[in-house]
Amino acid sequence: MHIKWNALAQTAGVSFGITVGVVAVFALGILALSRREAALTARREAAGPGTAVTGGRLALAGAYTCFAVCGAAVLYGLSLIANK
Amino acid sequence: MEHISFLVAVVIITALAFDFTNGFHDTANAMATSIATGALRPKIAVAIAALLNFAGAFLSVKVATTISGGIVNEKTGIHPEIIFAALAGAILWNLLTWLRGLPSSSSHALYGGLIGATVVGVGANGVNFDTVVSKILIPAVASPLVAGLASWGATKLAFAITRKSGEETVGKGFRTGQIFSSSLISLAHGTNDAQKTMGIITLTLVSVGALPKGALPPTWVIVSAGAAIALGTYMGGWRIIRSMGSGLADITPRQGFASESAAATVILTSSSMGFGLSTTQVCSGGIMGAGLGGPKAELRWGMVRRMVYTWGLTLPAAATVGGLAAYLAERGNWGVALVGAALVAGSAAMWVISRRQPVDADNVNDTTDVTPVEVAPAAVPAPTTPASTTVAA
Repeated sequence: MHIKWNALAQTAGVSFGITVGVVAVFALGILALSRREAALTARREAAGPGTAVTGGRLALAGAYTCFAVCGAAVLYGLSLIANK
Repeated sequence: MEHISFLVAVVIITALAFDFTNGFHDTANAMATSIATGALRPKIAVAIAALLNFAGAFLSVKVATTISGGIVNEKTGIHPEIIFAALAGAILWNLLTWLRGLPSSSSHALYGGLIGATVVGVGANGVNFDTVVSKILIPAVASPLVAGLASWGATKLAFAITRKSGEETVGKGFRTGQIFSSSLISLAHGTNDAQKTMGIITLTLVSVGALPKGALPPTWVIVSAGAAIALGTYMGGWRIIRSMGSGLADITPRQGFASESAAATVILTSSSMGFGLSTTQVCSGGIMGAGLGGPKAELRWGMVRRMVYTWGLTLPAAATVGGLAAYLAERGNWGVALVGAALVAGSAAMWVISRRQPVDADNVNDTTDVTPVEVAPAAVPAPTTPASTTVAA
């Protein structure tokens, strides 16, 4: 009987790596979003009610970068399905 | 000729019926955790899953050129009676496990039915037992472990990274992520499982000479297989959704996203590496890992045990029914009719029993047990309640 232990181990390793990687990047994106939210809330409180508050662009850009990386992973997954 | 077309028609209808139960049984894989965390409302979740299952059927037909991936010797062994018997075994097992609210692998049920029917109809030499071990048994043990481990790690990390973040942002963010991860599972499921039915119908047509050897599935086969699995998915196997979404662990959005990502990744990597595996087992494994990786590290072991027993039983049980059905179907038209009648009667009986304790879109999140003591006192029905308020994360 021929069992491809190597391929099995490889599949397991790759699956683990990609899952943990994607979820970590996604969580970082959410971390950035929530930091921005907290910063904006603080500024809003300092500025008093009714004032428009801006800022947190860097955090927002970081969050979007993270989500884009996850999106790329999904697209790669889609391409795997379609080309099988 | 009349004899052949009767049988072929029966096989095609039964194959589509199996496809329907397959969709029905496996909605939970993609959507259970999204429904449990409130990322998607139950009805919307099954609609998305149905649509993506249908779309998935059109993405690829490469798997559809083989029924079993070499598990049974298709060249010499397979004839329509055996396929019919295999399908009967698979359908009955799928319905029985659905009735009990237990997620079991539809693919294993089909393979089990095929193995049993082949052993009875052709003999044990018609089955490649080496392939059974290397393509079914080893992935069946390994894949839920890998998915569970990956999901466990991902859950731990997700909690660690967003430890100090506002629960509202976190809940909303991960729930949004869940929509994508569960959609990906649905699409992959449609591609893999609808193709199995296409393969069965196509090879049946080839075996009676209605299609040339090595033909790809005709369009009507692709469309009807996609439609059957999508319809089954849309009906929603609510009992199984309940077991997987809230029966194994209390799933928060972080955990739901981690487990779905793990499941999607394992399914995609292993199918691109050529390992067949059970979507059901991978998704359940992912949920178990997420439950253990959560802050309370909790898992309802009773449910885990029942699921694992069911997984172990799926292959032999479907094989037994498939073998019995093959014995009858080989006797001639009356045997085929008898198996057909038994199949219809058994399915109807299970449906009637299920009506005694219906589980549907409205009460799918209510209780954690599949056989509940009517209504739990503190049941929280509204699936839209943010999980952050119900879960002490």
